[in-house]
Amino acid sequence: MKRKDFLRAVSGALAVLAVSALPTFAADLEGKLVIVTSYPPDTTVTVKKAFEAAHPGVEVEMLKKKTTAGIKFLQETAANNKADMFWASAPDAFEVLKGDGLLAKYEVKVQGIPEKVGAFPINDPDGYYKGFAASGYGIMWNTRYLKAKKLPVPKTWAELADPVYFGHVGMSAPSRSGTTHLTVETILQGMGWEKGWALMKAMSGNFKTVTERSFGVPDGVNSGQFGLGIVIDFFGLSSQASGFPVDFLYPPITTLVPANIAIVKNAPHPKAAAAFIEFLLSPEGQAVLLDPKIRRLPVNPATYAKAPAGFPNPFKDPSLGSAVKFDLDLSKSRYNVVNSLFDVMVTYRLDDLQNAVKAIHDAKAKAKGKSNADADKLIAEAEALVAKMPITEAEAGKKEFNAIFKKKRKKADTKVTGRQAEVEQQWDEEVKANYAKAKELADKAASML
Amino acid sequence: MTTVSRSLWGPGAVALSLALFLIVFLVIPVAKVIYVAFQDPNTGALTLINFVDFFNTSLFQESFFNSFYVASMSVVLASVFALPLAYFTTRFNFGGSILIQTLGVIPLIMPPFVGAVAMVLLFGQNGSINLLLDEYLGFTIPFMEGLNGVIFVESVHYFPFILINLSAALNNIDRSMEEAAQNLGASRGRLFRRIVFPLAMPGYVAGASLVFLKVFDDLGTPLLLNINNMLAPQAYLRISSIGINDPMGYVISVILVAFSLLALWTSFLALRGKDYATVQKGGGGLMKRDLAGWEKAGCYAVVILILLLVLSPHIALTLLSFGTVWSFSPLPDAYTAQHYVDVVSTSSTYITNTLLYAGLAAGIDVVFGTAIAYVVWRTGLPGRKLLDYMAMGAVAIPGVVLGIGYLRTFYQFDVPFIDKPLASWWVIIVIALAIRRLPYALRACVAALQQVSVMLEEAAENLGATKSRTVRRIVVPLMMGGIVAGFVTSFATAAVELSATIMLVSQESDAPLAYGIYEFMQSASGRGPGAALGIIAVLIIGIATYLSHRIINKKETERAPQQAAAPEEKVQGA
Repeated sequence: MKRKDFLRAVSGALAVLAVSALPTFAADLEGKLVIVTSYPPDTTVTVKKAFEAAHPGVEVEMLKKKTTAGIKFLQETAANNKADMFWASAPDAFEVLKGDGLLAKYEVKVQGIPEKVGAFPINDPDGYYKGFAASGYGIMWNTRYLKAKKLPVPKTWAELADPVYFGHVGMSAPSRSGTTHLTVETILQGMGWEKGWALMKAMSGNFKTVTERSFGVPDGVNSGQFGLGIVIDFFGLSSQASGFPVDFLYPPITTLVPANIAIVKNAPHPKAAAAFIEFLLSPEGQAVLLDPKIRRLPVNPATYAKAPAGFPNPFKDPSLGSAVKFDLDLSKSRYNVVNSLFDVMVTYRLDDLQNAVKAIHDAKAKAKGKSNADADKLIAEAEALVAKMPITEAEAGKKEFNAIFKKKRKKADTKVTGRQAEVEQQWDEEVKANYAKAKELADKAASML
Repeated sequence: MTTVSRSLWGPGAVALSLALFLIVFLVIPVAKVIYVAFQDPNTGALTLINFVDFFNTSLFQESFFNSFYVASMSVVLASVFALPLAYFTTRFNFGGSILIQTLGVIPLIMPPFVGAVAMVLLFGQNGSINLLLDEYLGFTIPFMEGLNGVIFVESVHYFPFILINLSAALNNIDRSMEEAAQNLGASRGRLFRRIVFPLAMPGYVAGASLVFLKVFDDLGTPLLLNINNMLAPQAYLRISSIGINDPMGYVISVILVAFSLLALWTSFLALRGKDYATVQKGGGGLMKRDLAGWEKAGCYAVVILILLLVLSPHIALTLLSFGTVWSFSPLPDAYTAQHYVDVVSTSSTYITNTLLYAGLAAGIDVVFGTAIAYVVWRTGLPGRKLLDYMAMGAVAIPGVVLGIGYLRTFYQFDVPFIDKPLASWWVIIVIALAIRRLPYALRACVAALQQVSVMLEEAAENLGATKSRTVRRIVVPLMMGGIVAGFVTSFATAAVELSATIMLVSQESDAPLAYGIYEFMQSASGRGPGAALGIIAVLIIGIATYLSHRIINKKETERAPQQAAAPEEKVQGA
């Protein structure tokens, strides 16, 4: 009995030695890798397959979380961390994690990745997270839909506020979608707080719907439930590659932002995690991003040689993504306030906003070619009321004010005055009254014409 | 009732462990949710401020009103679908009655959010119907605009609850009542108003309250239709975007629970005092009447129209699962079987997970259901009724609330050996499903137990069998038909559950079908495979449902003679 056990132990040890001696790269890696990601199966499954083929013996497990839920998950489980990597689009999310000290530094070995894409540094200057692809924000549309409804293709964000698009546009809520949050921030930073919000609300007045998931927008455009959508580029490009009659363009005010990956602090499988980053940035890994189901912009300029015709190339086309220099710190400082403002002013008040904007459209159409100073004044007042913000940019960026939106009761020293529900309630009352008044003024103007 | 004194230890221990299980996995998590709603978010002190905030916020007022409105209107619309089907098939000699009844139940066996996706394609503003209407007639119908869409999808999905209960009630009306009324000279209209309608009322109310409850707490449908001004989506969105520290999500949960209980209570009230439904079941059922030719044609037209409408999600889903690209056109551009190949090759884990989870959950349900039924109806244990109420109470707990409660309660608790929080272990999904479906299985088991005469048990015990042996060898085998029916009901409904599982799934390899479909529907190339997965789900559950019908029917015919002998033991099915 004992002898048998001994023999078994020896043969077992020999087998382990034999296996570990075989492929040198696999021997260094742990057998498992756990990645917290917000990406859809199209991306995760394709990349997972490619990585597992390159590193046999490592089993990748993708923990699917929405970006916000992923942050929450890593924060909650930090004391007993089981995740190796965080993999998502929005750089803000990585900033939050970095700020909480939940990421590990890592130095990339792969060569050939430039410093910047557009106006944005690809990697975190402090070395905590790496860009593996670039994403821009733009407009996608259903070609059949635009043709049937005889709508022109818009070239800029501002054109989406044009009356012809009333009821034809869709967007996701920034509070549910990290990428949409970046779109809103880009517009706010590109045009300034007041003007940016004014445009945002004028566009939103044309919305058919505000979707709960970021994918709701490409889905609606693909099936033709609405004609145009404000999306991150790969949604448009991959829908097109899947055969849908859709197209996509970057408006001038866009920003190219790297989609990132980072190793979680105290990762149980750090070597496999490092191998994953190296793979993702290697020529093979970068080429996987061009897969029709993924369609992301690689950060390695050389990879574009393999791209299909007409594929956007930020390294060749200087107009792409360099107009706005995205300020990550600014975005971070007011993250929750911007989301909450959008929800209060647009998501949950869409009907009221639509009514006001429609009334303004109608009044303006009636006023065309006529000169009635009183009516014009009323219309301008109505527009100003729709655009009016319940708080200023300075207030939105204040630390104490932001604390109301992200307080944690567990820390006894966080002094918080006011409750989120209370603040939102005040905004809501003000916004609702403004929209109602705007509609009234516009209707009055129309009746004068 | 059997002798109380004799060996209460066995049943007592069983009852105690059942109670413990229900307390840990139902009462405590729900209580946690309720407790947080009464806490001040800043200090942690008890307060009503969150409810003040809730009722002061116009968004929540609207959500509350919308949920109430949608649930009520869904009951109305579901009644419009169910009444003619139930009435025609039970009251008249009508070819295809059984087929109609069976087809009428199919809508129930599809995850409601999948139905939403399919129905947008058919009835949406730019769906098939409206595109055709617009092209040929120049107008469109806003079937799916705003709350209309939720009402439409929900009533198509849940109307079978009314159909099943109303048909059963109509079938149970004593023929002699009708004969007596006719002998006394009642006209047809008077007969309906004074006899048929009141006697069928309990069944209708049971079905209608179930529809109300289910619609009120449904999350998937409004979420997929981007309707956020309702309570269940608000609770989900608050908690998923702000995190589990925001009190408003919990306040909404409390209000959901309170309203669900209210609906349940109302239906109990309506059912009480209607006890005169069936005194004696002789010939059984209403007198069936022959229809004149033109009447028949009219009835068939109505029935076919309703069936087409309620089966439309399945029709659209089948098209979607075989279509290549379906965009802004009445039908897909071309057809392929590739999606099925993809799904079967890549997503078999969803299917096996679902079979595992729903199977385990349904297994737990029938074991617990049988045990609870036995404890409640065959022992004199003090407080046994409480066990029944506790188990039935689960029917009023929305899936979201249970999911949130589990996250709250079990996230801090690491499972030994597994070394991860119980809230992110797949077993928690099974437990959630089991708790959610326990009421269905329990009612089936209670009904089955009541068909087993106490005398048989007494005979066994007189011959020296122990209590546990009696249960194993006499009671359970005789209950088998009911137990299997309970198993299948739980299994079928658990397999399409999303609201609790979406909160609890923590890794892809643990996800069940409904979650898998939801995930698939998040990418451009995933619509076809998602639809194919949906069709597979419908097939799996359809087969299970068919089997349950077979078993129930077999049981019905077997016990028909018995039933006449023991008419007083009639139990309302869940």
